[in-house]
Amino acid sequence: MRVNFTVNGRRQEADDVWEGESLLYVLRERMGLPGSKNACEQGECGSCTVRLDGVPVCSCLVAAGQAEGREIITVEGLADYAKHRDEAHPGDGCASGSCGTSLQRAQRWRAGGTDSGTGEAGELSPIQQAFIDAGAVQCGFCTPGLLVAADEMLEHNPSPSDADIREALSGNLCRCTGYEKILDAVRLAAARQEEAV
Amino acid sequence: MATTGSPTGPGAPIGAPTRISQGSQTKGGIGESTLRPDGVLKVTGEFAYSSDMWHEDMLWGHTLRSTVAHAEIRSIDTAEALATPGVYAVLTYDDLPTAVKNYGLEIQDTPVLAHGRVRHHGEPVALVAADHPETARRAAAKIRIDYAELPVVTDEASATAPGAPLIHENRDDHHIGHVAHPNIVHRQPIVRGDADAAAARADVIVSGDYVFGMQDQAFLGPESGLAVPAEDGGVDLYVATQWLHSDLRQIAPVLGLPEDKVRMTLSGVGGAFGGREDLSMQIHACLLALRTGKPVKIVYNRFESFFGHVHRHPAKLWYEHGATRDGKITHMKCRIVLDGGAYASASPAVVGNASSLSVGPYVIEDVDIEAIALYTNNPPCGAMRGFGAVQACFAYEAQMDKLAAALDMDPVEFRQLNAMEQGTLLPTGQRVDSPAPVAELLRRVKARPLPPEQQWLAAGEAADVRALPGGLSNTTHGEGVVRGVGYAVGIKNVGFSEGFDDYSTARVRLEVINGVPVAVVHTAMAEVGQGGVTVHAQIARTELGVTQVTIQPADTQVGSAGSTSASRQTYVTGGAVKHACENVREKVLEIGRRKFGTYHPAWATAELLLEGGKVVTDGGEVLADLVDVLEDEAVDLELEWRHRPTQPFDLRTGQGNGHVQYSFAAHRAVVEVDTELGLVKVIELAVAQDVGKALNPLSVLGQIQGGTIQGLGVAVMEEIIVDPKTAKVRNPSFTDYLIPTILDTPTIPVDVLELADAHAPYGLRGIGEAPTLSSTPAVLAAIRNATGLELNRTPVRPEHLTGT
Repeated sequence: MRVNFTVNGRRQEADDVWEGESLLYVLRERMGLPGSKNACEQGECGSCTVRLDGVPVCSCLVAAGQAEGREIITVEGLADYAKHRDEAHPGDGCASGSCGTSLQRAQRWRAGGTDSGTGEAGELSPIQQAFIDAGAVQCGFCTPGLLVAADEMLEHNPSPSDADIREALSGNLCRCTGYEKILDAVRLAAARQEEAV
Repeated sequence: MATTGSPTGPGAPIGAPTRISQGSQTKGGIGESTLRPDGVLKVTGEFAYSSDMWHEDMLWGHTLRSTVAHAEIRSIDTAEALATPGVYAVLTYDDLPTAVKNYGLEIQDTPVLAHGRVRHHGEPVALVAADHPETARRAAAKIRIDYAELPVVTDEASATAPGAPLIHENRDDHHIGHVAHPNIVHRQPIVRGDADAAAARADVIVSGDYVFGMQDQAFLGPESGLAVPAEDGGVDLYVATQWLHSDLRQIAPVLGLPEDKVRMTLSGVGGAFGGREDLSMQIHACLLALRTGKPVKIVYNRFESFFGHVHRHPAKLWYEHGATRDGKITHMKCRIVLDGGAYASASPAVVGNASSLSVGPYVIEDVDIEAIALYTNNPPCGAMRGFGAVQACFAYEAQMDKLAAALDMDPVEFRQLNAMEQGTLLPTGQRVDSPAPVAELLRRVKARPLPPEQQWLAAGEAADVRALPGGLSNTTHGEGVVRGVGYAVGIKNVGFSEGFDDYSTARVRLEVINGVPVAVVHTAMAEVGQGGVTVHAQIARTELGVTQVTIQPADTQVGSAGSTSASRQTYVTGGAVKHACENVREKVLEIGRRKFGTYHPAWATAELLLEGGKVVTDGGEVLADLVDVLEDEAVDLELEWRHRPTQPFDLRTGQGNGHVQYSFAAHRAVVEVDTELGLVKVIELAVAQDVGKALNPLSVLGQIQGGTIQGLGVAVMEEIIVDPKTAKVRNPSFTDYLIPTILDTPTIPVDVLELADAHAPYGLRGIGEAPTLSSTPAVLAAIRNATGLELNRTPVRPEHLTGT
């Protein structure tokens, strides 16, 4: 079958899709977007989390045909998505370029070095930058799903408590970090967002 | 800024790694928390993992695995599978191209594809290559295998019973001569002093039988990779592994290719934790690629991943300790039985570790120790973070609490009274010749203020169930909830032990590019998430005084780096990068002396360094710019580096300087237990660890916290359940094998000590594994403290707490 949907703002089309293929498979293997990950392919780990018409879903559990005509945001489009969100609703979300100024206040998360190789300002969404700065990335396989989920949480809950963060991210498994640095990253992104408003 | 995913020419795979360049606005050297050079790629989704590899012409490989644990294979019929449209190849044992049909880390006992017999549930029997993964899966389901089931052996009693089926007949490995039964892989006793005589002096003696469940590494990136057949008859293999050269040594003979025709490149690795030390899909993908002449991609799903790698050895441990009334331990006797499953994997080395570290970080002069690993029909077990030391720590720490209770002493003070320190003689006869701050680590976790009680009430009137056992299941609002506190400390060796030639190789190049001095570091180190690439850039900056560093992809075009395991890579490959940089620096200074030596006497007389892109004296005087010294010349060296040699343990007495370095961590666990439902919430897991020198403090914290939570997992939730009657795995999924979520994990305050080890590069101590040891027994001790139950097995399940 043929499926059409919008991924990160662009119309995409895939032909010869077998009806049993998941949205995750079509994104990864047919559209050249392998950023969404395949850690369990059974809806338990959250590594394949994308937004389907705004709602975070495990793309491994969505049949590709169910995405027909719908809007999908993947980790590859997260920076642009955050930027557009801020342009549409200034102060509502954490805009690329207007965040990242609260480094001194967030000193306890701040790493010592500043590396040009870890991203030019403006390239990344605030949650992406916070994950790097806080040391929330190790092997990185859980990272894309966590970023999509955390970004979505901060969109509707800009000042989450730790319990809120834990609840919102409880569908995303990480095996490397013990989650402490992930909590730090979300707190950091939220703090920078507050600073920016 | 680095990129991945761009094809370098027609027919090149997408997702092959490329070099990563990283600058720094600070010195960016060791001791700074510089950020990961691959961080941007990983947060944008551009970082290519082995499962992301793609080729326009590729086929998908699939592995058919045994549905029974132990059987004779009477026949295999592949005709229908092969006739399926879209299928390009179906391979069985009969298609293996050379006389080498087995592989293995130490003992080559693992069949590439089963031959006449399967020895465990999920053993690979046949391979299919097809144009779609589902086509391959469905074709594999059409392969007809006639199994004649055989009786299974699943524990020590059944494996060594008279007439027990031998898992491996006609063993000729180097352990068969010193084991009592062919179903025992290896045995390592350690005898020192006279445990029986010492026991007679004891005022109290405590003993216990302990059980440690089978834990899975559960790395998130599944086993996967892409094999691309090459025009020269060789193959290019992109995989996620822990040690490229170890894979290569095992792959090439099976393919019948010289090692230089199997070109391996490390693809992105989604975690490892020991589970990628053994081969998984590597040979299979190469066989299919060479047979079909097309690139072949294999990606396991989570179900298959549970069968695709070895697990942590489950163990049964018996311990006896005695102590005098004044709290000094008199002796220790123990017997540790590790279940190695159907193939040897790393079992012999795990036995060596379990045995030599069974005493824990304590001074005990009279010991009688025995550790063995079994061959059974259970899933093969091998390396996992902590490697034999984890199981022992669980048991000896339970014993310490029992001894303290028998003496009516504080459990921390009792441990401190018996703690080893620098200079202690271990049961192996090895003297510990670097800091061993065991008592201090315990003091630090104990001195920390306890978290407030009843935090579920802190927010206001209604109980916040998220802070309670059972969480959002809303099972209690505080009724039946009791708190407990427990302590544990452990000892782990660092690096490969028992006389292994544990070296690494680094190639370092220093040159001027666009007017800027750049260091290029090339090693075969597997970056599995630990941050080795970050540290290599830091070392190059420190030693060569540059800010711009390029990390080459890890591949087999450079010498072996050894394994990313045993907490060894920062020590050994970090040491190799440092060593190569030092030699590059000497060459640069020689060039400088040749060009500029006559202009300043300090070139000949002073100690010279490279700093800030310049040659400077140790007094800080600038002699020349690196740019002027090098001009268009590049200094490029590839060198091996070794740590101090170790010795094998004597097979009878266990004596020998077997280990390179020791690593210590202590935990305090605070738990709350719903005693009515048997649910546990870990409130806080405080850690103190000596790291020698924190090369990257942020990464050190990440390792300690991550290791701590893997220990928590096996304390309260993680266990592969194997049916004792059939030896079949009952829970191969993340639905049924539970790893901690962010709701299950506590805050993890970390206290880092930096007591330098004079023998190690920069004084560093390998850190990755120690926090995984003491976490589990600390949680168990806290649950015992809360409930008063004995709890001699881990993980603890609700029924163990409620007695139902």
